[in-house]
Amino acid sequence: MSSRKSKSNNVIHAEYLSQVQRILRERFCHQSPQSNLFGVQVQYKHLIELLKRTAIYGESNSVLIIGPRGSGKTMLINHALKELMEVEEVSENVLQVHLNGLLQINDKIALKEITRQLNLENVVGDKVFGSFAENLSFLLEALKKGDRSSSCPVIFILDEFDLFTHHKNQTLLYNLFDISQSAQTPLAVIGLTCRLDILELLEKRVKSRFSHRQIHLMNSFGFPQYLKIFKEQLSLPAEFPDKLFSEKWNENVQCLMEDRSVREVLQKHFNVSKNLRSLHMLLMLALNRVTTSHPFMTAADLMEANQLCSMDSKANIVHGLSVLEICLIIAMKHLNDIYEEEPFNFQMVYNEFQKFVQRKAHSVYNFEKPVVMKAFEHLQQLELIKPMERTSVNTQREYQLMKLLLDNTQIMNALQKYPNCPTDVRQWATSSLSWL
Amino acid sequence: MPHLENMVLCREPQVSTLQALFGERHHFSFPSIFIYGHTASGKTYVTQTLLKTLELPHVFVNCVECFTSRLLLEQILNKLNHLCSSEDGCSTQVTCETFNDFVRLFKQVTKAESLKDQTVYIVLDKAEYLRDMEANLLPGFLRLQELTDRNVTVLFLSEIVWEKFRPNTGCFEPFVLYFPDYSIGNLQKILSHDHPPEYSADFYAAYINILLGVFYTVCRDLKELRYLAVLNFPKYCEPVVKGEANERDTRKLWRNIEPHLKRAMQTVYLREISSSQWEKLQKDDTDPAQLKGLSAYTHVELPYYSKFILIAAYLASYNPARTDKRFFLKHHGKIKKTNFLKKHEKITSLVTLQLLTLVGHDDQLDGPKYKCTVSLEFIRAIARTVNFDIIKYLYDFL
Repeated sequence: MSSRKSKSNNVIHAEYLSQVQRILRERFCHQSPQSNLFGVQVQYKHLIELLKRTAIYGESNSVLIIGPRGSGKTMLINHALKELMEVEEVSENVLQVHLNGLLQINDKIALKEITRQLNLENVVGDKVFGSFAENLSFLLEALKKGDRSSSCPVIFILDEFDLFTHHKNQTLLYNLFDISQSAQTPLAVIGLTCRLDILELLEKRVKSRFSHRQIHLMNSFGFPQYLKIFKEQLSLPAEFPDKLFSEKWNENVQCLMEDRSVREVLQKHFNVSKNLRSLHMLLMLALNRVTTSHPFMTAADLMEANQLCSMDSKANIVHGLSVLEICLIIAMKHLNDIYEEEPFNFQMVYNEFQKFVQRKAHSVYNFEKPVVMKAFEHLQQLELIKPMERTSVNTQREYQLMKLLLDNTQIMNALQKYPNCPTDVRQWATSSLSWL
Repeated sequence: MPHLENMVLCREPQVSTLQALFGERHHFSFPSIFIYGHTASGKTYVTQTLLKTLELPHVFVNCVECFTSRLLLEQILNKLNHLCSSEDGCSTQVTCETFNDFVRLFKQVTKAESLKDQTVYIVLDKAEYLRDMEANLLPGFLRLQELTDRNVTVLFLSEIVWEKFRPNTGCFEPFVLYFPDYSIGNLQKILSHDHPPEYSADFYAAYINILLGVFYTVCRDLKELRYLAVLNFPKYCEPVVKGEANERDTRKLWRNIEPHLKRAMQTVYLREISSSQWEKLQKDDTDPAQLKGLSAYTHVELPYYSKFILIAAYLASYNPARTDKRFFLKHHGKIKKTNFLKKHEKITSLVTLQLLTLVGHDDQLDGPKYKCTVSLEFIRAIARTVNFDIIKYLYDFL
């Protein structure tokens, strides 16, 4: 009887877990529009007011939203646009153009994209324009309504704004800001960028036409608020079909939040990076371990997830090297110690390696020079060592100067974890004195 | 999945992590996943096998093959078209020049019925070459889910760690997954898996043990070890075939194969000779020293005077100037006076062969200066062919 009951429990669990996975994955992986705004209420108000002024009163504006990666710039603007579009008169009138610096890599492509998003491809047809400005003003003219008195307000959103400043002459930016200053069409230009020094990148004539309005998103919340965010991100919403299950789940989340080891993990994570994207990655890793046999997340899941997040990837690569390659790295380490980080070449490393091997090292056979060269080239392929200048024909391969891209603590840590490391190699790593 | 475990050995934790990440078909997954690990650690094989077995819609592209952005983007779109219209036969080839067009066309293609509501996976193998292509490709692919507003996940497979990929101004951080290297036990298990049916598994396992004993300290690359295992197995079986020993005579078999494996390390492992030459060598049992290797000095056939010019250049490059008197006063008759023009031609041809290089500026008044860039072994081989004992003339060997 009990097995049947647990089986039916499992079936119910599986269905709910699938729902839970769907909701949480959408929250963590995809920018779901239901997410709350944490601590950016002031900036949000500022932005929505600006947009309303353009959309409803026909005022032209420009603003830059500046903040580090993952601080919520795109989320902020999407929220604002959603709220704006809910107003009756706005949704019929206002047009939006979304440009992205990664996609429109020069002004010609940008112009075609603007034409496409304004649905003016038929109007433009095969016309040939003399300049960018002509083309843009033609497009905006075409948006004017029948009586030629007013025209539809257009909101331009430029993502990765700093990439647009690298275009030739910054034509697009100049024209957009120019139109926003002159009273032809009500235009709102909103730039999103992660660079704090964005104003230095603008040309003088572009900068003077910009309104210098900036909204900063600086992740300015403290650790208690971070904990609250953690709880909110993991909790199920009220609309979840099974009240009992969602209550149990949310209770579990509350317990996790009060657990000391979880707090430590979150504190470590918070100290490294405040932004919500890294929190989402941690939660996603912990969510992977939730299955029908393990339906509720535990503190151990979060600790495992934290360990996975904070792995040293170079140490992992060193773990997979062969003994000969490890010996070469140790030889380079000694050369760096003796010559204080001066670049070395293969011949120097080989001589150092020979000194070790001839010192009655039984575990490492004295390999031929070409075999050692192949191991050296493998290290170069893995980008653990790098040539100082590009390979040229003027110098032979063995004499080209290289640099080691690992530091001593990384090497020693990696050696400790290295499987089946011969003892004399390990001893050699700690000291290179030849009388040992 | 037991079927999957038989196909993919020693990679169970990675398979389960990937399966958990993929989730159910219609769930969202992380927008970009970065998988790194040593070469031949199973990244490509596991990803392909998993995607095929679970029958998830995916596109597999190699960044070495598609080395420009146009080739890469067009191949992804064409393969996607193929996926969703498999009944139509050969559909039209798509042209796509920029990433902007790619995003637009991608949105169109994924509207198809068969791809709706499912996560589409794009796998980019050898992703380290993306860094050398156009600068917007890597950040663009990392954010593809956001840019196209579709359920798509991009997987990057690479040997290089993620820190070396990150662009200067940052980017969307992918989920980083590590494929650990195989331990010696795992290597033994995998290599023993492809034993030929004529011999017993224990016999082959003993052979693999010996092979790993010789090569493990030098190389842990599974592909190299498999290649060496296949090449040297006939020699290992020779005593059994000839009837001199039976399968269990490990000491005799070891004594037979060990010098052979050591020789393999100096030749086949270094790709000095090709595998067909090696197999011939095993059959005829000739001395490998007589074999014409693939390396440089056996293939360069220089005319007689060019050899002397090269030797003279080597001596000039490596002996300090003050010792010239000591070496050359008595041997004025050795090098015959040739035509001046011919000498210049020969020098230019040596520069083209990259045995000499030009040093210094063009505007030097006392003629161009050259430097000799060959190694000692090379010049000794050349000197031997003209019966000139170069060692006697080198300062460092006094």
